[in-house]
Amino acid sequence: MPRRTMIEAIRDAMDVSMGRDDKVVVFGEDVGFFGGVFRCTQGLQAKYGKSRCFDAPINESGIVGSAIGMAAYGLKPCVEIQFADYMYPAYDQLTQEASRLRYRSNGDFTCPIVVRMPTGGGIFGGQTHSQSPEALFTHVSGLKTVVPSNPHDAKGLLIAAIEDPDPVIFLEPKRLYNGPFDGHHDRPVTPWSKHELGEVADGHYTVPLGKAAIRRTGSAVTVLAYGTMVYVAQAAAEETGIDAEIIDLRTLLPLDLDTIVASVKKTGRCVVVHEATLTSGFGAELSALVQENCFYHLEAPVARVAGWDTPYPHAQEWDYFPGPARVGRALIETMQA
Amino acid sequence: MADAGLLRFHVPEPEVRPGGTPDFSNVTIPEAGSVPRPEIDVDPRTIRDLAFSIIRVLNRDGQAVGPWAGSLSDDELLVGLRHMMTLRSFDTRMQMAQRQGKTSFYMQHLGEEAVSCAFRKALMPGDMNFPTYRQAGLLIADGYPMVTMMNQIYSNEADPLKGRQLPIMYSSKEHGFFSISGNLATQYIQAVGWAMASAISNDSKIAAAWIGDGSTAESDFHSALVFASTYKAPVVLNVVNNQWAISTFQGIARGGSGTFAARGLGFGIPALRVDGNDYLAVHAVAKWAAERARKNLGPTLIEYVTYRAGAHSSSDDPSAYRPKTESDAWPLGDPVVRLKNHLIARGLWSDERHVQAEAEILDTVLAAQKEAEANGTLHAGGKPSTREMFEGVFAEMPPHLRRQRQQAGV
Repeated sequence: MPRRTMIEAIRDAMDVSMGRDDKVVVFGEDVGFFGGVFRCTQGLQAKYGKSRCFDAPINESGIVGSAIGMAAYGLKPCVEIQFADYMYPAYDQLTQEASRLRYRSNGDFTCPIVVRMPTGGGIFGGQTHSQSPEALFTHVSGLKTVVPSNPHDAKGLLIAAIEDPDPVIFLEPKRLYNGPFDGHHDRPVTPWSKHELGEVADGHYTVPLGKAAIRRTGSAVTVLAYGTMVYVAQAAAEETGIDAEIIDLRTLLPLDLDTIVASVKKTGRCVVVHEATLTSGFGAELSALVQENCFYHLEAPVARVAGWDTPYPHAQEWDYFPGPARVGRALIETMQA
Repeated sequence: MADAGLLRFHVPEPEVRPGGTPDFSNVTIPEAGSVPRPEIDVDPRTIRDLAFSIIRVLNRDGQAVGPWAGSLSDDELLVGLRHMMTLRSFDTRMQMAQRQGKTSFYMQHLGEEAVSCAFRKALMPGDMNFPTYRQAGLLIADGYPMVTMMNQIYSNEADPLKGRQLPIMYSSKEHGFFSISGNLATQYIQAVGWAMASAISNDSKIAAAWIGDGSTAESDFHSALVFASTYKAPVVLNVVNNQWAISTFQGIARGGSGTFAARGLGFGIPALRVDGNDYLAVHAVAKWAAERARKNLGPTLIEYVTYRAGAHSSSDDPSAYRPKTESDAWPLGDPVVRLKNHLIARGLWSDERHVQAEAEILDTVLAAQKEAEANGTLHAGGKPSTREMFEGVFAEMPPHLRRQRQQAGV
């Protein structure tokens, strides 16, 4: 089976979707002729023409707002916000319009759009190229939120998102674009060609939204993670020798609560890990759900390892990023509790 | 030149406040028929003057004059008068229903009936409006059932939106009326996107965007103009300048720019300014812009100069911020009276027939109201089920919503 980077897998997902359905259109800043600042849309304009893949003005509200209008017409826009850090001008359109259109019109109009956004840190991106705003989307009724962690899932989840009848926020951890990253910034990065999840089938397949994947089976503690943190958690488990069960949530909303609850009931312990800031982050929701659903099985408090409650700094990148050492400490403390 | 020295902060103020005498002497009203009618493929740069004038067809004697006259037949004008009268009657009854506690909220169109009623007649089946909350004339003029509108206003068991939306936030794809949102200006850029989609699909349908004077200050107004200009989208960009954004006079949104129409010029979008209380002028200008869009010549911005004669909403008291008699002093008059006088001047109508039509229309509205109220009002009679609260958030209900629905006991 061919191996692809996450960038190539994402591009392939759009290529497959555009080839199957001429209602799928792709646009955003630098997305057309140039093929995207991360190369995710390279070649699509040449293959499908300028009316299917095109450059947009630098106006995030305009990109999402026009996509909503296109979806109301009957197209299936898959648009890009260059960095998740720059989605805020579109937040009104996403939270009050895209998310509510089906509900407020009782299905008279719907909004089958996908909004792709490179997300996450670990790249010396500083304050506005590193943010993880997923909790600002999971709090919104009517949006689905997806965060893939590998090329195979990225393609299958993106095709599923494009085919989904509802608006999907598709957050792509840019730290994972070229290879998995476990937080050991001082070691060389392995490319996706050397990783089994870099195997990406040709043609059409989907990974269903709302289904988690167990990346490491274990019996001592359940780790809930997504995106880059999946690899950080794996490294922390190996380095501490703690037999952690690592769940890659893949979709934050709808959430695969059944897989989470079954695992925590088995292990009796739970550590939640994300890059986003701690307070009111998605980890708070996960922690609350585990507490509500697994209270009598818990042998320790649910722990959270997250970004500090500060803006994402530049020079202090590795003091901020929740790396394997911090996650490892949380695993040990949870086992000792 | 001001003296060099300390800066002074500028905040625009309307000419007159409550207690003062209404004064519109600063509003320049050109003679009817004086503004030329360019070809639809005109170079936008050559018609910049039209963004600073006012296209008018009906003169003081009720005659239709000038190059913009003649876009409607006699029968169409009689139908147009009936639509405007129906909207006014509908407004009066629904405002009263709100005062009687049958619904929580209402917004009238008083004085602006010509804008949406006449515009609708310039569109073709399949075209899509992206209205604000003050274009119900688009529905009335397209034959949308008044009973259904009232069912929505009452949030009753026949409400097509299942009680989820505030009164008057209608939605009808079938009637080319996009779902209304409470968030101002968001639909303006969505209209442009819809028009882009029509062009992408090599369709022949066009979109119409709607916004008020106050909301042009929102960033989505700018987004829409950029996208419409860049992609030459087949969209008519309507700005209804009724002089007031709740309590804020239009100068707060307009600032030092000459007109709202002039905003289009910076984007290379041809811009027309029209007498919004002149049914014939509104229709002629709308038709011109719609034809331009349909012939792939791109967007047009239209500013309708009108006056919000009523309160902003059923929750508003305009006497707190403007003179009570200001609407009477508005120099462009009343759209219903002006079309009525035109039809009388042409021998197509009479005061007697007008009074008779008013009574007939009131009967029709009352009958619709009776029928709607049989389905319930906000606090009495049939209402949408609690289950409906959980439906339609997504195409398929996800597990967490199913759990919450069970917790709610439905």
